[in-house]
This record gives sequence, structure tokens and C-alpha cells, in this order.
Amino acid sequence: MSEATETVTPPADAAADKPGQQQKKPTVVVDDVHVTYRVYASGRPAKEASFLRKRATSMRRLREVHAVRGISFTAHEGEAIGVIGANGSGKSTLLRTIAGLTPPTKGAVYAETPPTLLGVNAALINDLSGERNIVLGGLALGMSPEEVKEKYDAIAEFADIQEFLDLPMRTYSSGMGARLRFAIAASVTHRVLLIDEALAVGDAKFSRRSEERIRELRDHAGTVFLVSHSLKSVLDTCQRALWIDKGILRLDGPSDEVVKAYQASVK
Amino acid sequence: MTSTAVPADRQQGLTKLGGRPTLGRYMTQLWGRRHFVIELAYSRFRSQNEEDRLGIGWTVLGPLINAAVYGLIFGVIMSSGTRPDNFVPFLVTGVFVFQYFSSCLSGGAKAIVGNMGLVRSLHFPRAVLPISLVLQNAFALMPMMAVLAVIVLLTGEPIKVQWLLVPPALLLYTMFNLGISFIAARMTIHVRDLAQLIPFISRVLFYMSGVFFSVKLTVGSQTGKAEILAMFMEYNPVHIYIQLVRHGLLTPDPKEASGAYATPGMWLMGAAWGVGLMILGFVYFWLAEERYGRE
Repeated sequence: MSEATETVTPPADAAADKPGQQQKKPTVVVDDVHVTYRVYASGRPAKEASFLRKRATSMRRLREVHAVRGISFTAHEGEAIGVIGANGSGKSTLLRTIAGLTPPTKGAVYAETPPTLLGVNAALINDLSGERNIVLGGLALGMSPEEVKEKYDAIAEFADIQEFLDLPMRTYSSGMGARLRFAIAASVTHRVLLIDEALAVGDAKFSRRSEERIRELRDHAGTVFLVSHSLKSVLDTCQRALWIDKGILRLDGPSDEVVKAYQASVK
Repeated sequence: MTSTAVPADRQQGLTKLGGRPTLGRYMTQLWGRRHFVIELAYSRFRSQNEEDRLGIGWTVLGPLINAAVYGLIFGVIMSSGTRPDNFVPFLVTGVFVFQYFSSCLSGGAKAIVGNMGLVRSLHFPRAVLPISLVLQNAFALMPMMAVLAVIVLLTGEPIKVQWLLVPPALLLYTMFNLGISFIAARMTIHVRDLAQLIPFISRVLFYMSGVFFSVKLTVGSQTGKAEILAMFMEYNPVHIYIQLVRHGLLTPDPKEASGAYATPGMWLMGAAWGVGLMILGFVYFWLAEERYGRE
């Protein structure tokens, strides 16, 4: 096994290992990552003595929710990786941890540049015009003012809201709002891209355009992670899939195999 | 079940995510995001009263009404010898300048905990949030200063060269408020309950900073235990900054400098508090940078 170097050749990786396959440059390394939330619980555990149950008051106790339990894998250049699993399995937490936005309680994530989540909703302000929000969203995503100016027209056109740019976003229909948010988020190029579900919302026409754009982003990005409940999208877009179940990585392999195993377990 | 890939070589030429950058690098990152800071501050300022009929007018109207109420109660109804001559501009200066501090304190406390959506979805040095908050309040201060200037002139005070002392005083005050904001922002993450105490801290400082009375006239001649309290009121930084602004705008009271006075010593303290707290607050905030996404 090689020492820590700046070179491109990683040691053999089980998931990508097929006879004859070239070893690609690793872009994200997730190493035994645990994420634990500390939450105040107001309920009582069922096993407490019955006389306590008669009391009306509930006690607030600090509980630890072990959302991600020791997940490890390596992602490589050019890979599109689907992340599937039941609700509450820890997928979104894992994604935010891969992005470096949620610090792991144990273990670490390594990447060449911080991976970015596709989405900019948190920065936008509904009371302001679409125009102001394009600028704000673009700057929030890390673009320079010049870049924002360059991409402004393309964003407005993609979202198809040119006539409404000066109106506050709170007056937009939900479709217009969703289109604008997606258009802003998708205007940035990413090296490692993380997509968390249900982004291509909207009518059929927009759905097609946004899927196209995601494909473009995928082609320009080094690596893409896609969290989705739509197994069809995972099969369409990803060659590899991770099945997360209650915080652990249950299966890591070619997407058709993993999806089949997941579907079998759900029946 | 296929084995999970455990990389033998952890580094593989990649850097660990989420580590805290060095202070120098952090400041460089922050400088790189200055446009975002300004745009965020300005956008939030603009949308503050968007749905109200008077809109932005409330940034001035609110504190003005506040000042009128205090003026009525403490200047007319419960008046005493503690109010200096030309009480109106004295009072309005006090109210306007104090509210810059209180909004930075309460806003700073919410700077991170109230923006978890942003923190959880975008990469940026988290100091952007408290800085943007202080800048937002600074935007609100500008129209207030304009209205204050009008009130000062309307009550008979002349325009004078000393008015030029006000911008540097406000600059030092802004640095102080930045420090306050950084500290409040980080502390509320560790102990959320602190946010409950903020209104009381604000209240205490409001009564101790000579906003609607003159500190010198009220406690200037105390001895013994009360003298310590008097010193606290005299030298607390918020009072110092209020006095620096008053000194710039108003004529000092001929009777024992009771109204708008400011000694060079106060300027020094104002500078020390401003620079000192800003640096301390910034470092304190930066030290927890890698932890801000967790909750």
C-alpha cells in the first residue's frame, strides 16, 4: 500500500474493482464517519414503571441520535453514485457530511475541494425581487459579482421568468419559484456535486430541462452523488449505488445490483 | 454483501474537510466573500419592513417614537435635575445610538442559530453572518443619523466642525458591536438559553448608560459603594460611545460639562474597547468555526 503522496494512483478499491478497469483518481474519501445528534426528547421510554406513566408531566431528557454509524467508501473521478435507502436512514445527513457542512462526530471526509450541495433556497429572500435574488443567490454560491453579471441573463432565461424579474419572489407561483431557485443553483459549476432529491420539480417541460441540466452538470463535474427515492433516476443516471440503512452502509456496488437488493428487501 | 471500501491510504492527496483554517486563511476567505456580506446585509435591510405601509420609514420612526416616549416620561412627567439643558437632542442621540448596540447584541445572538438553513447548505466562512448583521444595522443607522442631524439643528444647535468627530466615533462603536456580535453568536450556540438573557442584559445597559439622563448629574458626586456603581456607569463602553457622539453634535453644557462632554481619556477607552473587543470576538468566533454545522 502506497504512502500518502500527491500522486494519482490509489490502492485497489473493492467497489470499483472490475477486471480490466483503470484505477481512477479518488475525489472523495469517507473514512469511518459517525454523526451523532444530541436532541431533547420529551417522551418517556416504554419500559419505565407504570406508576410513572400516570403522571401528566413528561421529562425532557437529552438523547443521542446516531444518524450515521461508521460509513466508509471512496468515490472516484467520473463516477455518478446513487444513494438510496428508507426515510430516516441517514442519507441526507450523510450527504451534508460529505459536503463538509455537518462535521462528523468521529471519522473524517477527505476531498480535493469541498463538495457542494445543489440548492440555494436558504439564501433567498421572498420579499425581494427575482432580480435581487439572482444576485444574492449567485454571491451566496460563491460567484464573483462579474460572474453573476455574466450568468444573469442565462439564469433568467432558463427559469423563464423574464417578465417577472422585478416582482418580489413571494408573488411567484410555486413553479416559477422552484424554476428560479433551480436555475440559480445550477448555474455554478461543481467539482463534486451532491444532489438531494426532488430537485426537478415543476411541469413536464421544466422537468425535462432540469434533468438535462443536471446531466450537463454531471458531465462537467468530477463526481456526482444523487440521493433519490426514485430508483428509476438512480438506475438511469448512476453506475454505482450505496444503500444506506439505519445509518450503516449496507451495500456498495453497481447500481443495478444494489437497487435489486434494496427492492427485494422492501417487498 | 460486497465489502465496503476502506481506503488504506487515508490522505490519497486529498485534504480533510471541515477542519478550521488558519486565522490568516480565514480572513482571506472572508475578504473573498465581501460582496456576499454586503449584498446579504443590504438585501435584509431592504426587506425588513417590506410589507409595512411605511416600509423603510420604520427604521427611523420606531426609535423616534421610542425617544418621544422616554422624553415624555423622564423629561416631562418625572423630570428632575438629571436632565441637562437642551434635553431633546441629548435624549434622541442617546436612544438612537443605544439601539445600534442593542440590535447588534440581539441580532448577533441569532446570527448563526437563526440561519441554520444557510449554514447547512452553503460553504462560506461563518463570520459572514455576524458581520453581515452588524452591517445591516449600520445601514439602519445612517437614516437615523440624518434625522438626528435635523433634530439637532431644529433645536438650536449650530453646525460645527466637531460634527466631524461623529464618523470616527461611530466607526469605533461599530468595531465594538462587531465584537459583541461575534461573542453573542458563538455563545448562543453552546447555550441556547443565553438568548433568553439578552433582553435583560440590554435593559440593564439601557438604564446604566445615560440614555435619558446625564450620568454625571445623577451619580457624579457619589462616594463609597455607590462610587463604584457610578464609575461603572461612567466608563461602560456603551455610555462612552453615546457621549462621544453627543460631544460631536451638541454644545457642552457650561455648568460642569454635564451634558455633552467627552475627555481624551474617553476617546482612548472607546478606541481600546472597539479594537480590543473586535479582535477578541473575532478570534473567539473563529475558534469554533468547524463546529457551526453540527446542530
